[in-house]
Amino acid sequence: MAFTKEDVERIALLARLALTSEEKELFARQLADILHYADEVLAIDTAGVPPTAQPLAAPPPLREDERRPSLPREEALAAAPDPAQEAGFFRVPKVIG
Amino acid sequence: MSEPRTARQIRDDVAAGRSSATEACEAALERIAHIDPSLNAFQTVAAERALDRARTLDRDHAALASLPLAGVPIALKDNLCTRGLTTTAGSRILDGYRPPYDATVVSRLERAGAVIVGKTRCDEFAMGSSTENCAYGPVKNPWALDRIPGGSSGGSAAAVAATMVPVALGSDTGGSVRQPAALCGVTGLKPTWGRVSRYGLIAFASSLDQIGPIARTVEDAALVLQAIAGPDPCDATAALAPVADYAAALEPAKGLRGRTIAVPRRLLEEGLDAGVRQAFDDAVEALKARGAKIIDVELPHNRHAIAIYYLIATAEASSNLARYDGVRYGVRAPLDPGDTLIAMYGRTREAGFGPEVKRRIMLGTYVLSAGYYDAYYLKAQQVRTLIRQDFERALASADVVALPTSPTPAFRSGERTADPLKMYLADVFTVSAPLAGLPAISIPCGFADGLPVGLQFVGRPFDEATIFGVAHAYERDTDWWKARPPVSG
Repeated sequence: MAFTKEDVERIALLARLALTSEEKELFARQLADILHYADEVLAIDTAGVPPTAQPLAAPPPLREDERRPSLPREEALAAAPDPAQEAGFFRVPKVIG
Repeated sequence: MSEPRTARQIRDDVAAGRSSATEACEAALERIAHIDPSLNAFQTVAAERALDRARTLDRDHAALASLPLAGVPIALKDNLCTRGLTTTAGSRILDGYRPPYDATVVSRLERAGAVIVGKTRCDEFAMGSSTENCAYGPVKNPWALDRIPGGSSGGSAAAVAATMVPVALGSDTGGSVRQPAALCGVTGLKPTWGRVSRYGLIAFASSLDQIGPIARTVEDAALVLQAIAGPDPCDATAALAPVADYAAALEPAKGLRGRTIAVPRRLLEEGLDAGVRQAFDDAVEALKARGAKIIDVELPHNRHAIAIYYLIATAEASSNLARYDGVRYGVRAPLDPGDTLIAMYGRTREAGFGPEVKRRIMLGTYVLSAGYYDAYYLKAQQVRTLIRQDFERALASADVVALPTSPTPAFRSGERTADPLKMYLADVFTVSAPLAGLPAISIPCGFADGLPVGLQFVGRPFDEATIFGVAHAYERDTDWWKARPPVSG
């Protein structure tokens, strides 16, 4: 499994990481190494084996969907880098042109 | 300085009126001030907050006396949310973050009478085996300052080993409680997945993450688990199974007679440090001499555990860490006029995450991406089932499976940072318990070249009581847990 610079750039865009060119080179090499190691898994016969997504035999039943007090809006906004407290919003760069 | 007390001793002293919560808190703060400059275990010491809390507890002695952790000072890994108290998860992207709520374990510990004295350093978002990936500096091993304490809960393990606090909480995804406990010579438990609420634990890999205690004795670990275990309306994966009486499991009469302990001999044939092998073999002999029946088992799929762990854990991490986008909390990178939202995300995450976190997000994003999902992620989940079935078979004929916790003692700082794969192999004996969802404990079982070695017991789902019982019986007859590093004074 070889990683090209384009592969790394495609994944970095999906992951929303603006990598430097040094990081792109480093990760291309390291991800190839790690996946080469993981390739042993591809050969295991898993025909008919169900996947395990979580280990609990029986997940607990869901609670009733009742209205309960939640975090006050001003507290939820307090840790934001650019809150608009009075409007009650998180502010971000302009999205629509 | 007097001999540091265990959590049980502090609780009993406080309940009997022989000492106070304030005295225990002051003693812990003094020890931190004295010892931590050489270890760097604490990210935040919340001295005033802790003293206020201890004084408040002392004002109502009658109420305090009945609490199971009355006046016990405790440290928390810095990936557990504490209301109003900075919580970084070892990451720049959460620099200065003050959570608006407490993790369920935090409110339960406080309700049980414990006093939170501070937050401990960890690998960034708990991703690491050496605590060298902490953005705020590495933690040192109390037994050898040029070596790593293990990770990712290295700060919590070092704080307990150096007797700055009697108990601490860590989190374990692939060994992050047990491996640092082993390398620092203390006890660490990863409970069954679902035994302890994860509400307020900063998520790494949700199907694996579990909060667990680090302590000097099995009894103290059991006391802490008793306080934090159980269902929680804030975590739909916190199981409803009743919580056992762990103190009852430690009764000396139970001992090891009638216990069956399985040892996967074939798995241990390769890759084990000679000193670790010697300490492990001696421990198995000691268990046998004390009446346990030792049987051999096969765990044929365990050799694939590291590979599938790093596929599953990174996939889940890439999804969980998508929330750090510079919008709702944490740090946003400085922007230029006209920068788009996408540019803001990319630059914020580039500046906020360290190299290991980026590497894992990249790997996880890749294995979940179109065309690779079935080949890697689904395949890994199927092999996860095979690993789980191996343990089910082994635990059908044995009470616990015994394994070394780490294949080597603590390695030197910087030794593996350039080779991620070599670092990942540090987890070869710890990743299978979380993959199978099973409880596992690491307890001290000797030394190799003057460095602590850990013995691990993996048990049946929700049967922490049995692994406590076996571990306690071994601990009672050996003195390993009493050994203290020179740095502890």
